[in-house]
Amino acid sequence: MDPECSRLLPALCAVLADPRQPVADDTCLEKLLDWFTTITEAGSSLLLLQENPCLVELLSHVVRSQDLSSRILSFSLRLAGIFAAQENCFQYLQQGELLPMLFGEVGPLGGAAWTAPTVRSGWIQGLHTLAQHPSALRFLAACGAVDTIFSLQGDPSLFVASAAGQLLVHILDLAMRGPAEGHCSPQACDWPACAQKIVGHIEDSLCSTATQQVTQALSVLTTVFGHCHGLWTQGLWVQLSPLVARLLEKDPVPASHSLVDLLLSVARSAPSSDRGLWETLAQTLSRLSPTQAGPLALGILKLQDCPQALSTQAFGLLLQPLACVLEAAAQAPGPPGLLEAAAGDSMTVDTLLSSKSACVGLLSCSLAHLGLLQPLPQRPSPWPQAPLLGAVVTILRLCSGSAAPTSDVGGRLCAILVGCGRVQRAALDFLGALSQGTGPQELVTQVLSVLLEYLVSPESSSTVLKKAFQATLRWLLSSPKTPGCCDLDPHTQLFLRELLPVLQKRLCSPCWEVRDSGLEFLTQMTRHWGGRAGFRQVLLASEVPELTKQLLRDPESYVRASAVTATGQLSTWGLCASPECPGAQQKSQLGELLHVLSTDSEGFPRRAVMQVFTEWLRDDHGDVAEDAEWFVARVLQAASRDLDWEVRAQGLELALVFLEQLLGQCGSHCPYAVALPETAPPGMLAQALHVLCRVQLFEFAFRALFDCDRAVAQKSCDLLLFLRAKAAPCGSLQEAGDSPNVASVEATLQRWQAGEQGQPLGYLEPRAVIAVLRSIDLEGLRDTLAESSDHVEKSPQSLLQDMLAAVGVLGENEADCY
Amino acid sequence: MLDCGLDMTSTLNFLPLPLVQSPRLSNLPGWSLKDGNAFLDKELKECSGHVFVDSVPEFCLPETELIDLSTVDVILISNYHCMMALPYITEHTGFTGTVYATEPTVQIGRLLMEELVNFIERVPKAQSASLWKNKDIQRLLPSPLKDAVEVSTWRRCYTMQEVNSALSKIQLVGYSQKIELFGAVQVTPLSSGYALGSSNWIIQSHYEKVSYVSGSSLLTTHPQPMDQASLKNSDVLILTGLTQIPTANPDGMVGEFCSNLALTVRNGGNVLVPCYPSGVIYDLLECLYQYIDSAGLSSIPFYFISPVANSSLEFSQIFAEWLCHNKQTKVYLPEPPFPHAELIQTNKLRHYPSIHGDFSNDFRQPCVVFTGHPSLRFGDVVHFMELWGKSSLNTVIFTEPDFSYLEALAPYQPLAMKCIYCPIDTRLNFIQVSKLLKEVQPLHVVCPEQYTQPPPAQSHRMDLMIDCQPPAMSYRRAEVLALPFKRRYEKIEIMPELADSLVPMEIKPGISLATVSAVLHTKDNKHVLQPPPRPAQPTGGKKRKRASDDIPDCKVLKPLLSGSIPVEQFVQTLEKNSQLLKYPPAFQSTHHPPVPFLLEQHGFSDIKVEDTAKGHIVLLQEAETLIQIEEDSTHIICDNDEMLRVRLRDLVLKFLQKF
Repeated sequence: MDPECSRLLPALCAVLADPRQPVADDTCLEKLLDWFTTITEAGSSLLLLQENPCLVELLSHVVRSQDLSSRILSFSLRLAGIFAAQENCFQYLQQGELLPMLFGEVGPLGGAAWTAPTVRSGWIQGLHTLAQHPSALRFLAACGAVDTIFSLQGDPSLFVASAAGQLLVHILDLAMRGPAEGHCSPQACDWPACAQKIVGHIEDSLCSTATQQVTQALSVLTTVFGHCHGLWTQGLWVQLSPLVARLLEKDPVPASHSLVDLLLSVARSAPSSDRGLWETLAQTLSRLSPTQAGPLALGILKLQDCPQALSTQAFGLLLQPLACVLEAAAQAPGPPGLLEAAAGDSMTVDTLLSSKSACVGLLSCSLAHLGLLQPLPQRPSPWPQAPLLGAVVTILRLCSGSAAPTSDVGGRLCAILVGCGRVQRAALDFLGALSQGTGPQELVTQVLSVLLEYLVSPESSSTVLKKAFQATLRWLLSSPKTPGCCDLDPHTQLFLRELLPVLQKRLCSPCWEVRDSGLEFLTQMTRHWGGRAGFRQVLLASEVPELTKQLLRDPESYVRASAVTATGQLSTWGLCASPECPGAQQKSQLGELLHVLSTDSEGFPRRAVMQVFTEWLRDDHGDVAEDAEWFVARVLQAASRDLDWEVRAQGLELALVFLEQLLGQCGSHCPYAVALPETAPPGMLAQALHVLCRVQLFEFAFRALFDCDRAVAQKSCDLLLFLRAKAAPCGSLQEAGDSPNVASVEATLQRWQAGEQGQPLGYLEPRAVIAVLRSIDLEGLRDTLAESSDHVEKSPQSLLQDMLAAVGVLGENEADCY
Repeated sequence: MLDCGLDMTSTLNFLPLPLVQSPRLSNLPGWSLKDGNAFLDKELKECSGHVFVDSVPEFCLPETELIDLSTVDVILISNYHCMMALPYITEHTGFTGTVYATEPTVQIGRLLMEELVNFIERVPKAQSASLWKNKDIQRLLPSPLKDAVEVSTWRRCYTMQEVNSALSKIQLVGYSQKIELFGAVQVTPLSSGYALGSSNWIIQSHYEKVSYVSGSSLLTTHPQPMDQASLKNSDVLILTGLTQIPTANPDGMVGEFCSNLALTVRNGGNVLVPCYPSGVIYDLLECLYQYIDSAGLSSIPFYFISPVANSSLEFSQIFAEWLCHNKQTKVYLPEPPFPHAELIQTNKLRHYPSIHGDFSNDFRQPCVVFTGHPSLRFGDVVHFMELWGKSSLNTVIFTEPDFSYLEALAPYQPLAMKCIYCPIDTRLNFIQVSKLLKEVQPLHVVCPEQYTQPPPAQSHRMDLMIDCQPPAMSYRRAEVLALPFKRRYEKIEIMPELADSLVPMEIKPGISLATVSAVLHTKDNKHVLQPPPRPAQPTGGKKRKRASDDIPDCKVLKPLLSGSIPVEQFVQTLEKNSQLLKYPPAFQSTHHPPVPFLLEQHGFSDIKVEDTAKGHIVLLQEAETLIQIEEDSTHIICDNDEMLRVRLRDLVLKFLQKF
């Protein structure tokens, strides 16, 4: 601890101990605790207490005082825990009988303060921090803390209850660490008394008829198996698994969610040879309702070494709802192999038909679970791609009302699902995920047809439509390539012909979310297929490019931003042009976007323009390449005046791309790396510097260097460092160091740094630029900028001063008066 | 009578009435029978495979044969669309009753009728076809003419004079106003949320309540929201006027409408919106008001052409109390409640009575035209269909759900212009009905048969039908249905002076009874108990002779009895009470053997009690007497021994309370 803090600490302790002095806020106390944690982690707590007796005095005062606020009491409990985490300091505090008075029955435990949740929470956290050594365990046993923790598991405050459960796990782990080290799952009778007590309590809870107690025990065990990795955990499972299995015999199974969590936690930590565990998992799958068992089935399927039979059972369970839907909606008996293993489960059918919420819940969860499973390498094999596609298409048709099931179950499902947005969204997500696999052409046609149905339907809500666009994109991009031809296959081509008029209509929707989704879809399509003749032909035959241009003036800024991005893509691929006058159209895109950059009142469209311009410059976009200097100059000029820091930062990104094009790439791994081995040849450098001066890149970069937004300044600093490194060997330019031009530039920069950015820099000579670059301490600036903006205010000294100033103890009140 | 709507779909069988001479329509070939017989070719014309009647359009009237409409006392109108047949009823059936409707309903209803009359009268048609209606000829015609029902009852449009006369019979009412109908029932209109002034009706007596829910909406549009709470506790809820397009969500349709409109106009095409002059058009204009700037359509003119366009736009702004809360608040700012005022002010929306006159000077394309009639058979819309139908750049967007758009378009085929069907029907759909019924919980629901089964074309859509418990009672055309409740009670008022004379006795805690003798006076279905007139002087023998005619006050008042007879106690008394046999009539009787003297001391000794389903039978064997005690009656059967019967009766009475 630095001397200044040591000096301030007694005053602060006095303030904390004084009930008449209100402490500013909890954040200060939290920061104080963080600070003490850092100090004790770095050095001896005992020494700290000996050097600063005020701390022990504070704790002593707290145990004596009756009228302290619950916040200070809670703080003191946690503080004591931090000190007592080191065994010698624990002994030291024990000598003064401080710890029993804080954590024992004579402490706040029995008093009125205990009614405050913050005190109970502080008590638990204090003990959690303290419990790091054998002495702590003995202390806990002696003061009867474990029983209190048991009762706090059912605390009305969820935070307290949860912390109590975690503390139990921590104590159990600490107790077991000694005996278990080096041994293989010791017998329960050999376990320390403390551990036996906790395990006994868990056993009692598991046998309880009260679901809440069962839940508490299960969640403690889940934490044990999730966080403790000693061999003793295997012994614990051997001992407790019969009790867990007994829960499955009850009807209904109590605390099913917690039970699923526990079993998955055990399964992840247990060796794959544990047959008993697999049997319990199989039994659980069959005992729980389809809705409850879904997360368990997914968890099982994610396990690495799961027995085949179990994963088949779990997968079957996930498939059941879809199989029921397929069966119910089937016009005629389906082809063999259609999820037949999963079909016909009456419990699933009952759940599906019991109520709308149950049906929607089960189907949405099944679809989501299967969607999560689909991309995993350990997903079940063979993956029933075709039946799944059929099921999802059927579900989507039931939701849209276009399916016409003949069975009674199908009719009821249709009545429940029609217009249900939640199932529609889940199904469309899953359908999108299924695009990664292949399917028979007939099914793919059905998929595209149902997607088109959703895109066309006026009944599709904006969120459903967004998902439909996303799924369509995934299916289109995964469509098979025609062998020997780089263009689109005939089916896709046909589909695009139907899709474009729909997209056109959606771009005219009165709902801005729909226009936005349409533009995003267009951007992505163009990004991937802008070069495909089939796509180009259909797109250019439609009014979509024209509509996109019009949407640059949309009243909604998000739509304008998306229109900017889409225009950027269309222009990149030369798709803005009408066949009559391509050149003029293209030019007008650049003008349109420059207009957005300089006039749009919202940040999103301007940021989007900067990104498009950067991309254009990077990709050598035709119009930009034609006169890159003019382009960069115009863009930087507009960006430098922008009020949005992201636009200015993006301007620097664009400047960097320009620099790279002039001077060669910077490091491939880190774009802002400074130590660049490659330098530019002097001739080329001189020429490049002239160009950079002409486009006023330096003025932009120097302004950005002193930008009030740190991210901009950092980026500018990196850019200038890169430039300086590139210019390093340029000896001939070094002589300009004393020219008047340099002096005036430096003077202006100093004023800019002081916040007066009104004065322009004027035209800069390349030599002057180099000189200025060398004269500025860019490395120093970079280090300063690397510090967080509140690094000065964040110091412990500042914290102590603030806390004292808040209560008026410090003579001079340095509080800012904004 | 609940509502009197006019079925205008009959007009779809007729050729359109063009405002401007249409060579295409006038040159359509006449239709001839398969055998080449062409006697109908003056009346029927053929167009693209469809046959149309070339005559003044005719309308299908409400059922008139089932009941004599001159006996109808009252007609309750729900909304302006449901009164279009009113002149036929009030002017041609001998109807002398009263029609009840809200003010906006009447005013806008008048506009709709005025527009209809105007559309038809301004294109006079010399020819009136009737030959085809002959049943023998009709069955030879192609569909749909062949299948048209009751064509003989179809009538030409009424005149303005008849409209005025009909409307003069309407009595204006306000929401929640209670109107007494002959003392028998009270009717109350409630806001139904569908259109300006649209109502549901409560018809109630003191003990029964029937709700008539017709054309209601739970969506937030311009009218006052639907009053659901007042529909609670109904014995019967008659439900009709649900959405005609249950699968089309109005929000989605409005989006569709806007998108298609914008696409057409951007391409340089014109948009035609066939519509009524009031109702959804207000919401569409409001929607477009917000949309046109964002869609870059600010420079596109919007035309609203109707003989009543001006009145409709102005009326909508003055019915503030009938509008939704948001619009009402605007009135106090003060601002016009509907934004179409601003559209008119900025010249973006222009309205004209017809295509003739100013409109032809101002007309500029591309544009959007709102005009009637949605059937496309008469009105200015016919002109635009003829004008724009040939170009695929133009679009006709159907928003009114009343007519099949394909049938409406049939006489314009072949048609190049695009047709978009965006029916906007804000009335209740089946999900909303289900929620409404759960909320108001009527004992019984009565509705048209069509609502109790899925639509024939979508038989699997079980969601498109009313699902309630107990199942709804359905009815079909011309079916007579007995509503499932009986009037059991009537409320009777009691005059204060009579009430003063009552002396209630508490027979149970909280329940007091009093006997009352009074005259029940019934007039106009109101019942009043009045004090009885002073008893007239009895006039000897007359009384005996005319005993059945006696008014109650002249009878000897017998006390009313209550309570139950404790059988055991009753039997014990019979056994112990020698008084009963003090002068046993048996001694005097020659038919009965003498009763043993011992009984004189102790009452009856041979009593036998039998339990029956309804009570008990006490048998006095020697006396050959039977006392039958039941919950609500006691019989003493005692042959020829009146004295014993009287004594036993008195004993029974002792166990009962009297008042």
